[in-house]
Amino acid sequence: MLPIDVTADFGKLIGYAVFFLIGAGFGASLEVAGFGDSRRLAAQFYFKDMTVLKTMFTGIVVACILIFFSSSLGWLDFAQIAVNQTYLWSGIVGGLIMGVGFVIGGYCPGTSVVSAASFKVDGIVFFAGTVIGASVFGETVSCVYDFWNSSFTDRFLLSDLLGWSLGATVVGVTVMALCMFYAAEKCEEYFRLKGTGTGMSWKISNRNYLVGAGVLLSMALITWGIGQPDPARKWKLLSSRYESLLVSRDVFIHPLEYVKTWNDSGVKLVTLDLRSKEEFEKFHLSGAKNIEMAALFNSEFVSTLASLPDQGVVIIVSNDEQVATQAWQWLKVQGVINLYILENGLQTWAQIFAGKDLPHEPLDLARPPLKVLEQFPKDAFRTKIKLKTKKRAGGLCS
Amino acid sequence: MGESTVQPRNFVNPYLAGTLLGFVLFSAFALTHGGLGASGAISRIGVATMDLFFPSHVDRVGYFAAMGGGAKSAIDHSSVMMLLGTFAGGMLSARLNRRLRFEIFKGPRITNGQRLVFALLGGVIMGYGARLARGCTSGQALSGGAVLSVGSWAFMFSVFGGGYLLAYFVRKLWNE
Repeated sequence: MLPIDVTADFGKLIGYAVFFLIGAGFGASLEVAGFGDSRRLAAQFYFKDMTVLKTMFTGIVVACILIFFSSSLGWLDFAQIAVNQTYLWSGIVGGLIMGVGFVIGGYCPGTSVVSAASFKVDGIVFFAGTVIGASVFGETVSCVYDFWNSSFTDRFLLSDLLGWSLGATVVGVTVMALCMFYAAEKCEEYFRLKGTGTGMSWKISNRNYLVGAGVLLSMALITWGIGQPDPARKWKLLSSRYESLLVSRDVFIHPLEYVKTWNDSGVKLVTLDLRSKEEFEKFHLSGAKNIEMAALFNSEFVSTLASLPDQGVVIIVSNDEQVATQAWQWLKVQGVINLYILENGLQTWAQIFAGKDLPHEPLDLARPPLKVLEQFPKDAFRTKIKLKTKKRAGGLCS
Repeated sequence: MGESTVQPRNFVNPYLAGTLLGFVLFSAFALTHGGLGASGAISRIGVATMDLFFPSHVDRVGYFAAMGGGAKSAIDHSSVMMLLGTFAGGMLSARLNRRLRFEIFKGPRITNGQRLVFALLGGVIMGYGARLARGCTSGQALSGGAVLSVGSWAFMFSVFGGGYLLAYFVRKLWNE
C-alpha cells in the first residue's frame, strides 16, 4: 500500500535518485508549460495570459483527485501523507510578500530554477536573489519569531474547515477549478478580441475540453461516492502492516512502565480509559480521559491524538483486551504514532501495588510516584515504549 | 544549422502541462510521503554558501545551524536532490524544445540592466516571503493545495492577491 518511503525502504542513494527524478519531472512540466519565461508568468497579473492559473490548478486538482481516489479504494493511506501544517497568518503575510516579489521579479522560486536552467539571465539573477532573501530571513528570524510561529494548527484540512466529508471537498475543489478555468478562458478571449492578448500556440476543440472536465468531475464524484475508508475498513486493508506488533505483544506495556511514563516529565502522556462510566467513576488513573468507542470514529478527536508533539504517547486502558486491541487498531490506522495498551487494564493494578506502601505515606493508586518502582526488582518489566517521531510534517520546505 | 536560426518549439497546452504536473506531484506523495518543493533547498544552498566563508556564524545562528551546523552539510538533503532534478529536467526540456539560449526576458519598456535589478529585488523579496510562509509556490501552494491544507489554500490566494494588488503600479515593467 502507498505511500512508500523510498529513503527509509531502499537507502539514501536510491532515495536521492528518486528525489532527483521527481524533480526532473517537475522541472520538465514547468518548462513545457512556458514557466521559464517571466513575461508569460507576469502576464497572469494583467489577465492577458492565464497559463499560471490554469496549469497550477490543473496540477492541484489532478493530484488531489489521484490521492483521494486511491485512498478511497484503499491503495493509499492518507494518514501517512504529509500535510503542510497551517500557520495561518505568517502564511498569508508571507504569501502577500511573495505576490509582490512575483510581479516585480517575474518568477517564483521553482520557476526561476527552470528559467536559470534554460540560460535565461533574469532567471539566474532572480534565483540568486531568492538565496539572498532566504538568508536574510534566517538572520532576522528573531525579529518575527513569535508572529512566525503563531496561529498554528497541525493537520487542518479544508474538509475540517467546511465540515464536509473529504470526498465532498474534492468535488467542491474540482468544481471551483473548472469554474475558474471557464472564467480564465473568457478573460483571455476578451484580450484577444481587443487585440492586446497573447496568441495561443495550441489547437484543441471545445469537445476535448469538455471531455477533460467530465473525466475530472466524474472521478471526483466517484471518490465522493465510495467515501474514505472508515477505521474498521482501513484496519482490514492495513492489518498486515501492524498485526505483528500486536502478536509479539510489543505494544502491551506493563503497569510499572505506565508508572514510569506517567512520572516522566519528558513525555506528554494521554491515557484513554475505555471502561464504562461507572467503573471510571469508581477508580481511574490520574489524568485519564473516559471515552467511548464511538469517539475513535470522531476525526476531530483522533486528529488531536495523531498530531501530538514528538514526545506524545497515547495509552489505552480497558479491562477487556479485545476492546483495547480493537481501539488500538482503529487509532493506529488513523495515524496515531506512539500508541500502547496497558496490559490487563486495571484488573491487576491494585494487586501489583499491594503492600508496596511508601515509608511515610500510603500509596495513592491513581498516581503512584516514581519512588514506588524502587520496591520492585529491576527486571520486573521490560521497557517497550520507544518514542517514534514523524519528521514528515515539514516536508521539503524546511 | 546555426542555433540562432532555429525557432523554439511552442509551449504545450496549459491543461496538458498541468495534468503532467499533477501526475508528478502524485508520484512525489506516493513515493516519499511528501510533495514537491524548491524553497527549502534554496535556503540550504544559502546556508552552505555561508558555511564556506563564515562557518562559525552558521553554527551560532540557530536557524542556520539546524541545517548546516558543525559537521553537517546543509546541502546533503533530499530537497536539494529535488532541486538539482528540477534544474536538470528544465534544462533537458529546454534543450529538446530548442529554448536553451542565453537571453533576458523583459517587458518592452525597460532596459536589460533595469530588468536584472528588478529580478534581483523580486528574488530577494520572494526568498524572504517563502521562508516566512514556510514554503513557496511549489511546496505550499501546489503540494499543500493538493492535500487540502487550509493554510496552503490561504497562502495561495494571498500570493495571487499580493501580485494583483501591486500589478497596476508596476505595469511599466511588463507592458507596452
